Amino acid sequence: MRITQGAFSFLPDLTDEQIRAQVDYCLDKGWAVSLEHTDDIHPRNTYWEMFGQPMFDLKDAAGAMAELAACRATFPARYIRVNAFDASRGWEAVRLSFIVNRPKDEPGLRLRRTEAEGRVQRYSIEPYATTMPEGRRYQ
Amino acid sequence: MGANEHQTITDARSRYKAGVLKYAQMGYWQPDYQPKETDVLALFRITPQEGVDAQEAAAAVAGESSTATWTVVWTDRLTAADTYRAKAYRVDPVPGTPGQYFAFIAYELDLFEEGSIANLTASIIGNVFGFKPLKALRLEDMRIPVAYLKTFPGPPTGIVGERERLDKFGRPLLGATTKPKLGLSGKNYGRVVYEALKGGLDFMKDDENINSQPFMHWRDRFLYVMEAVNRAAAATGEVKGHYLNVTAGTMEEMYRRAEFAKDLGSVIIMIDLVIGYTALQSMSKWARDNDMILHLHRAGHSTYTRQKNHGISFRVITKWMRMAGVDHIHAGTAVGKLEGDPATVQGFYDVCRENRNPVHLERGIFFDQDWAGLRKVMPVASGGIHAGQMHQLVDLFGEDVVLQFGGGTIGHPMGIEAGAQANRVALEAIILARNEGREILREGPEILENAAKSCKPLAAALDTWKDVSFNYASTDTPDYLPTATPA
Repeated sequence: MRITQGAFSFLPDLTDEQIRAQVDYCLDKGWAVSLEHTDDIHPRNTYWEMFGQPMFDLKDAAGAMAELAACRATFPARYIRVNAFDASRGWEAVRLSFIVNRPKDEPGLRLRRTEAEGRVQRYSIEPYATTMPEGRRYQ
Repeated sequence: MGANEHQTITDARSRYKAGVLKYAQMGYWQPDYQPKETDVLALFRITPQEGVDAQEAAAAVAGESSTATWTVVWTDRLTAADTYRAKAYRVDPVPGTPGQYFAFIAYELDLFEEGSIANLTASIIGNVFGFKPLKALRLEDMRIPVAYLKTFPGPPTGIVGERERLDKFGRPLLGATTKPKLGLSGKNYGRVVYEALKGGLDFMKDDENINSQPFMHWRDRFLYVMEAVNRAAAATGEVKGHYLNVTAGTMEEMYRRAEFAKDLGSVIIMIDLVIGYTALQSMSKWARDNDMILHLHRAGHSTYTRQKNHGISFRVITKWMRMAGVDHIHAGTAVGKLEGDPATVQGFYDVCRENRNPVHLERGIFFDQDWAGLRKVMPVASGGIHAGQMHQLVDLFGEDVVLQFGGGTIGHPMGIEAGAQANRVALEAIILARNEGREILREGPEILENAAKSCKPLAAALDTWKDVSFNYASTDTPDYLPTATPA
C-alpha cells in the first residue's frame, strides 16, 4: 500500500526539482520550512521527530534541500516530510506539509476490532511496522 | 412630503402628543448621525410602495426593527428612547435599479442580548419584513461591532483546529455526499462511504434530509458508516471522516445522536440550518464540549436568500453562522448546479475565512468587519462540480475549502473508488502546479490532461464530464460591477 498523508501523495514521488519549487513557494509566502521524520506512520502520530529547528531565517531553497539530503542520508528508510509554518495572526499553524521520502516497502496498517455492546465495534489501527522497536521498523 | 416631515420633532410635547407621526418625525431618520464603533449596523435594500419616499421608508424600517409601533406611545418617555431608537442615517439609490434604495441603519448595542443570534435576529428581521409601506425588503449586510462579537464563542474548531486534527495542510479537503440521498440501507450506504474514502476523499457526508427513515434508521447508519471510516483510515494511513447528520425533531434526540457519534469515534457531526438558530447554538456548545467538528448544511436558505429584492443575503446568514459557531458551512460553488454568482460567492468565502473584511462592493461587502480573533469557518463547495473544473475551483476559492464531488465521485464510470481517486489526483496536480507558479486558470486543462496520463480514472472523469457546465444567469449578483459569467 501507499500511505497517502501529506498534500501530494497521490502524485508520483516528487523529484528534487519539484520539491525545491514547493520550498520556493513557501519561502515566498514567508513561511518557515522544516523537516520531520518518523517510522510510526499512525495517522494520530502528530509529533514526528524534528530534523533540526524550523528554518525561520532561510532565504534560499538550497538550504532546505541540503538539509533534506542530510536527513535522507541519515534516515533513508523513514518517512520524511517537509512542513511550512505560518506564524501570522489567525494561522500560527502549518500551511503546507508533504512527504518527500518513504520506505521502499510500505506494509500499511492493521485494523483491530474489539466487540462491544450491541453491534458496536471498537476500532484501533496500528502500523504493522510498529511491532518492531523504533529504528528497526523499515529496511 | 414636506421637508419638515423628514425632521425629528424635538419639542417633547409635540413629539409625544397622542396620534400618528411619520417615522422620520419620531426620530428614526437621522442623516447627521455618526455611527459609533459599538453600534450594530445593517444595510437594507428597500423597495417602497408608490408614494412612500425613501427616507421615510428607511425610517420605518429602523423604527419597526427597534422601538417603534404605528402610533405614538407616551411610555417611550419612561425609557432612554433617544438611545434605543434605531437610526436610519443614509439612503442611496441602488445603481441601475429604479425604485430600490440602500438604507443604512444603526442600532445601539444595548438593544441586543449577549451571545444570542435569536435575539439579534428577532430585532433585525423580526417584524419588519411584512411591513405594508414596503413592497419588498432585503437585509444585504451587517456590521457586528467587536464588543458584541466577543459575546459569541464562535466556531468550536475553526479552520486551523480542523486541519491540525485531521493532519491535512496545504490543499482543499475533498468530500462527497452519499447518493442516492434517500433509500439506501445502512449496509449499502456504508459501502459507498468506504469506497470513496479509500479512494482518496477526506470526508463523506449525509445529505440534509437523511435523518432516520424507514429504509435506514440512524443507529444503523452510524454503525455502518464508522466501519467504513475506520477501514478507510487503515487502508490509507489518513484520518477520515463522515458528517453524521444528527438533525432530529427535538434537542433531546439530537443530543442523543451526537453522543452516539462521539461514542463511536466520529470526528465530525452535522446539522441542518432548518433546526433554527437556538438549536444550532446549542449544538455548537455541545461540539465545543466534545471536541467535535460541526458541519452545517444550509438547508432551506434559498427560500429567502436567492431573490435580490426580498429576504436576507446569504452573506448575512454566513456572518450569523460564524458568530453562532459552526465549523463548516455550504457557501456555494459558482461553477456548479446551484445558484451563485462568482463574485458574490467569493464574498461569502471572505466572510468565513478572513480576520477582517474590508469594504468590497464588487463582492457585496458593504461594511468593514473586524472579526476580532473569532475562529474561521471552512466553506464547503458542493453541488454539480467535477474533476474537470478543479483549476477553476482552486482559482476561485483557494485551499481553505471543502470541495464536494457527490455525483462526480459516485457517478464515475469505473466506480466510486476510481471517482474519488480522480478527484484527489486532479486536486493535488492543480495545487502542485499553482505553487510552482503556473497560471492554473489558463493552463488547468493541460495540467489535468498531463496528470491523467498516469491516472486512468482521471482520464475517464475528464472524458465523461468534459462538456458539463451550468451556465445560467444568477439572480443574486453584485450591484456595483457587471456580472461575471460563470466559466
